[in-house]
Amino acid sequence: MIIKDVLCPFCGCLCDDLAVEVENNKVVDVKHACKIGASKIMGHDRIKAPMMRDDKNGEFREVSYDEAINESAKILANSKRPLLYGWASGVCEMMKKGVLLNEEVGGIIDNTASVCHGPSALGVHEKGLPTGTLGQFANRSDLVVFWGCNPVQAHPRHMSRYSVFNKGFFTAKGRKSRKVVVFDVRKTDTAEMADEYVQVNPGEDYLVISALRAVVADKADVVPDSVGGVPKEKLVELGEAMKGAKYGMVYFGMGLTQSRGKYKNIDNAVSLITELNAHGKHSILPMRGHYNVTGFGQVCAWETGFANAVDMSRGIPYYNPGETCSNDLLMREEIDAAMVIAGDAGAHFPAQSIARMGKVPVIQVDPFHNPTTEMANIVIPTKVSGVELEGTAYRMDAVSLRMRKLVDVDFPSDEEVLDKIIAKIREIKGASS
Amino acid sequence: MSEMRIKNATVYDPINGINGDLMDIAVKDGKIVDSVGGSAQTIDAGGRLVYPGGVDAHTHIAGSKVNVGRIMRPDDSRLNNKPRTKVTRPRTGYTVPNVYSMGYGYAEMGYTTAFEAAVPILKARHTHEELEEIPILDKAGLTLFGSNWMVMDAIREDDLDRLAAYVAWGLLASRGWGIKIVNPGGGEAWGFGKNVSGLDDPVPNFEVTPRQIVRQLAEANEKLNLPHSIHLHCNNLGKPGNYETTLATFDVCKDIKSKRDRQSLHVTHVQFNAWGGNHWGDIESKSEPIADYLNKNDFLTIDMGQLVFGSATTMTADGPVQYANARLLKARWSNGDVELEDSSGVTPLEYHPQSYIHGIMWAIGLELALLTKDPWKVLMTTDHPNGGPYVNYPMVMTMLMSKKRREKEMEKIAELTFDRTSIAGIDRELDWYDIAIKTRAAHAKVQGIIELGKGHLGVGADADIAIYDIKPDETDATVEFDKVEAAFRHAAYTIKGGEIVVKDGEITATPKGRTYWVKATAPADGHERMMEDLKMKFKKYYSVNMANYMVQDEYVEHPYVFETGYQ
Repeated sequence: MIIKDVLCPFCGCLCDDLAVEVENNKVVDVKHACKIGASKIMGHDRIKAPMMRDDKNGEFREVSYDEAINESAKILANSKRPLLYGWASGVCEMMKKGVLLNEEVGGIIDNTASVCHGPSALGVHEKGLPTGTLGQFANRSDLVVFWGCNPVQAHPRHMSRYSVFNKGFFTAKGRKSRKVVVFDVRKTDTAEMADEYVQVNPGEDYLVISALRAVVADKADVVPDSVGGVPKEKLVELGEAMKGAKYGMVYFGMGLTQSRGKYKNIDNAVSLITELNAHGKHSILPMRGHYNVTGFGQVCAWETGFANAVDMSRGIPYYNPGETCSNDLLMREEIDAAMVIAGDAGAHFPAQSIARMGKVPVIQVDPFHNPTTEMANIVIPTKVSGVELEGTAYRMDAVSLRMRKLVDVDFPSDEEVLDKIIAKIREIKGASS
Repeated sequence: MSEMRIKNATVYDPINGINGDLMDIAVKDGKIVDSVGGSAQTIDAGGRLVYPGGVDAHTHIAGSKVNVGRIMRPDDSRLNNKPRTKVTRPRTGYTVPNVYSMGYGYAEMGYTTAFEAAVPILKARHTHEELEEIPILDKAGLTLFGSNWMVMDAIREDDLDRLAAYVAWGLLASRGWGIKIVNPGGGEAWGFGKNVSGLDDPVPNFEVTPRQIVRQLAEANEKLNLPHSIHLHCNNLGKPGNYETTLATFDVCKDIKSKRDRQSLHVTHVQFNAWGGNHWGDIESKSEPIADYLNKNDFLTIDMGQLVFGSATTMTADGPVQYANARLLKARWSNGDVELEDSSGVTPLEYHPQSYIHGIMWAIGLELALLTKDPWKVLMTTDHPNGGPYVNYPMVMTMLMSKKRREKEMEKIAELTFDRTSIAGIDRELDWYDIAIKTRAAHAKVQGIIELGKGHLGVGADADIAIYDIKPDETDATVEFDKVEAAFRHAAYTIKGGEIVVKDGEITATPKGRTYWVKATAPADGHERMMEDLKMKFKKYYSVNMANYMVQDEYVEHPYVFETGYQ
């Protein structure tokens, strides 16, 4: 059986044109996907049963779901400062339960954006975000800038589906309809395919953006001979090209959000785009990583008023990045228990945070073994969303789509596990009050 | 199910012509009935004011742009915070409340139904995700059609049946209630940073005019016999001198006839579109010619879009006006282009009474309501949260009821305002009956939901009832406006579908409301031509596949499907 129009549970492109062949409840072939997406859908070594251990250096023993869930509930119910982290590779339905669980335990809910596009959100708080949907850019953009991102490796179909090679209404010649510019510290594979590669000195993106703003404002005379490693003539040429674009597009990644300047880089880039809109049309879009990392920001915002890093210890949602993000709390050694779900703290957090996680009970909810498993005390395997479970995901441009189920499995969904944990926590807290 | 009796109620139910009668109301199984048995739960209203549950025909409560506002404004989410209770979830936000506060806030004021006024089809799934999470209220969404490529192509090719078929399909795809048009054609022009300048300025690349868009969508609306008329946000909103465009736009629909007992045109938040002058320096109120037009014509209705001083988060599918606002005010600016369909923008701002421009805007909203004789023609709204957040409705109600209350507000407003407006000279004060019209009855009539049992308390209607802690016969609303406002802010009881959801201003239950949407049959040959065009557009221009585009049933858990269509 071939299932068409399948959505891909890998990256923020959330491609929805896959064809998946299923035989006897097993995925046997994936068409149209990139290699990473296909590999995820085909499936690989997954955790087969719930596991627990008291000593993080010890061996896991297989346990029942009930035992793992009850023990998890006990840990979270008794914790004074629980961290609920991850919430990216899952569907929105489970994220809503996560927000509810956080209310129950008075903890902190934080999403992987915390170590990824979190600074982008701070830039948005300062300046807003002039953007649109990917189809708008596909149909219109004649100037495409990739800044500190490398879609060839990280978002393999982005350039063919949305940004560079595809043909649209006003971009009928596809690649030839567009000028492509890459700003990066190194010549990536994306840069190899661009019309222009602009090498920026590491940590000096902010300066380069400021210089472009000066050119756009007809103040090129204040720009020094070289800024951030880019010669003035090049900056003037690029600034003028941006001004002359009918629809200019900037896609940006970690090279901008996690380098020196962080959210200030985004603030500056948004200002550049806003000013450019006095000339032509211009938009900017963060290249979000996980297929539904955007969804958590949406769900958390409509449920709590804040997109991420929500501390419920006061009984009301409280958000203050720098104080309430995972790593702030772990480094201050406030966290006394953690649940990592649909994300991988073990692989991405700095050593100091990992050291703290090594000292507190950690619950992992995930279909797959990853570095977080190495520091977990309880591991609860669940369904793979978008393969074994239907549900909602938000593409990087915040267009929501419904993911399909391709095969049936006996694992519980994240949502079911969270429901049971919440019920058990209510039981424990009800009994003690 | 349960029975309930509300006795000694001073009832204002304009749809049934009840004007302050002291009576009992009987409720059974969530509906109003003639009588109930002796064992029914009884609430003694003690002569207090009873209205049908409030209906808001135009508000922005859910979806992409509201969430853009929340994400951009953590400063706003820090306001009005309340911890959860045994029945409620935590609350945040003033201009962009979280979904829970959104529902609780309306219910606390005795409101039970709200219409989200701008739903792009591509983003309708998101809108419904939020609508589902808003507790208590019944709701519906108006679907954006005014800059849509399918719409403009059908109009250019003069194919009304194909247009009607697309409207029917778009309402199905978005699970929408009616046709919303925002700055017709302007959303497409904004795709390349341009705008349209008026009714006869062709949309770039599409060779249709805003006039044609309005006219043809109004005709398609009647062809499909939709419960609501077209719902229009005019061109040139937010620009001095725009009242001329507004009046000319009214005329476009003058001879459109509806088979239903309703207007054939609803023009929304007209406060923003009744400006005279040529620039910000000489801006003045032009509410008089607008009200004059309304007094002479019966085919149209409007809503106020009243301004409330303080913080607002403006959000609209009118992308270019938001860019202009943001540049003018040096404010944060979020833009949201939607491929093939529309644009949008979100900008926070602050309305200052000492700014004469804001003073004039404040005056225009009230003037429109007070100079138009028939209270059914002008709905009370603030275009939440554009003119100000909906929680201020009780204050606006008192301003309509009391000249003294208006004068109190005028004391803090810039003097120049009164040279350019007529508000200071208006003596009219609305009564309890008028307010019932302007906050529920007329909203239900305009949206076509009277027959669904909304906006009134007749037998068979939904038992959506508001009891306010005030006795009309013992209260002079023209003087005791503070008391009136306090009563309207916190209903003594809000009853939704026969269940008490608010008591003494506190939420007591949070049932899920239903979502209304329209399923319309279209002319068959038009449908065929439309599908051909639609498939081509998905194949070549949309970034999602057609099979994944339409809102699935999973997102509308409590639907009420209104069936209508072409005969």
